Amino acid sequence: MWSTVTSRRRRGRTVFRDAALVAGKDLRIELRSRVGLNQVLPLAVLMLVLFAFALDPDTGVLERATPGLFWVAVLLCGLLAVQRAFAIEVADGVTDSLRLSALDPGAVFLGKAAAVGLQLLVLQALLLAGVIVLYDAAPSGWPLLAATCLVATVGIAGAGTLYGVLAAGVRVRETLLPLLLLPVLAPVLLAATRAFEAGFDGRSGEGWPWVGLLAAFALVYIVAGLFGFGALLEES
Amino acid sequence: MTAETTAAPTGTSSRGSRLLGVVTLAGLALVVVLAFVATAADTDMGESVRLIYVHVPVVTAAYLGILATTVGSIMFLWKRSEWWDLVAASSAEVSAVFMGLTLVVGMIWGKPTWGVYWVWDARLTSTLVLFLLLLGYQAVRRTSVDPLVRGKRSAIVGLLLLPNVVIVNRSVEWWRSLHQEPTLLRLDPTIEGLQLFTLVLAIAVATLLLGWLVIHRFRLAWLQDQVDRRWLVDAIDERRAEVPA
Amino acid sequence: MSDWGYVIAGWSITAVVIGAYAVWIVLRGRTLSRRVPPEDRRWM
Repeated sequence: MWSTVTSRRRRGRTVFRDAALVAGKDLRIELRSRVGLNQVLPLAVLMLVLFAFALDPDTGVLERATPGLFWVAVLLCGLLAVQRAFAIEVADGVTDSLRLSALDPGAVFLGKAAAVGLQLLVLQALLLAGVIVLYDAAPSGWPLLAATCLVATVGIAGAGTLYGVLAAGVRVRETLLPLLLLPVLAPVLLAATRAFEAGFDGRSGEGWPWVGLLAAFALVYIVAGLFGFGALLEES
Repeated sequence: MTAETTAAPTGTSSRGSRLLGVVTLAGLALVVVLAFVATAADTDMGESVRLIYVHVPVVTAAYLGILATTVGSIMFLWKRSEWWDLVAASSAEVSAVFMGLTLVVGMIWGKPTWGVYWVWDARLTSTLVLFLLLLGYQAVRRTSVDPLVRGKRSAIVGLLLLPNVVIVNRSVEWWRSLHQEPTLLRLDPTIEGLQLFTLVLAIAVATLLLGWLVIHRFRLAWLQDQVDRRWLVDAIDERRAEVPA
Repeated sequence: MSDWGYVIAGWSITAVVIGAYAVWIVLRGRTLSRRVPPEDRRWM
């Protein structure tokens, strides 16, 4: 009995250590290749520019649409980050070694999701700065905004990693992943935008329930990822 | 019992499914009579209320189909049996057809009722997102021929359909409730008496119809898998035959 | 279009789509079952 208790605790610690290992590897690859820095972040700024062209800053539409546009940009750039996270695996045949290693699939899921999540947070910080500078936004309610970003990111990273590994083994993955992921993330866009709108308008009280919805979404996908990642990794 | 059903069936029908079909058609006839003749037109909405006897039952049946797909997906991941995989896939396809129909009929109902083809109300918006989710499921089905790979991928997408449905519905309804809809845009007329009975009957008939379609679609999928399996075996045998003795 | 026009349109489209789908399933089922030996035609 004593040995099972210690081994279970050891296994628990191992999951997080393995996850950190995987996350560290992904982030190190990212830092070395700098694709995120050189391509995804500029793309985010580009999106802000395109939105301004489409919505004419002078008519006030851009200001009112800022929360929504922010999250649309996060979703689309996040999609790229997820595709990238799995492209590097498939390209180098790393999926096989991931599978063959003794790493618990749940740990691999958490690690990859954490790496994607971290990149998303950096992206959001940049977009927030961009929106304040380029769209003359003056957000208040910072606790609400920060909470929204964090919780939404957990959900996006979790769902993205789960569907990402599904699409990774498929030849049409470039079009399959958006088709799968965007309808799933539609509620996240909805809730995060409403929360941001409340934050931007100074009505923070109305925004917190939406953060609750984002938390429910994140919970569903973290659990689904922990249990489903293994089955999908077996064959991709 | 005819020889056809006990020995080699030459299609997807069976005595059971034929019985179900007959009952469904009878129910359908009753619904049509009630919807068009026996019930009166709504005082506010006029004749177009008769479309509610199509719109609501079809979307209800579609939701039941999604439930079946989710259950089938969970069972497949647990038992790894092809039967459950095909149940999930067949339900998903029929539900997709029903969801698409719901959108079209919803638009046809919208024009005379609200003057526009589309409103971002809770039901139509949720249905649109769900329809897209089901299209994603169909796309995943086509990504692999290997039944186990296909089954696992579809099952993950399929089991998440139900939580996705709940989350989407919750968020969209909440969102739309923030904008008070004017009373003129009342989405469903208050119905009672014979109209309510007709609606409930129509929902039951739509469910029977879903059942009949899923049973046949399942059998079709089974046959397709058998054909694919045999094609592979035949191709291997042919290749082996080419090798000189 | 009068109200009746929309009602007829809605019901007809539903009938046609579901009817065509049902017919496709049944006919394709017959075609495929001819290519499969009798013992493999049903799951049971």
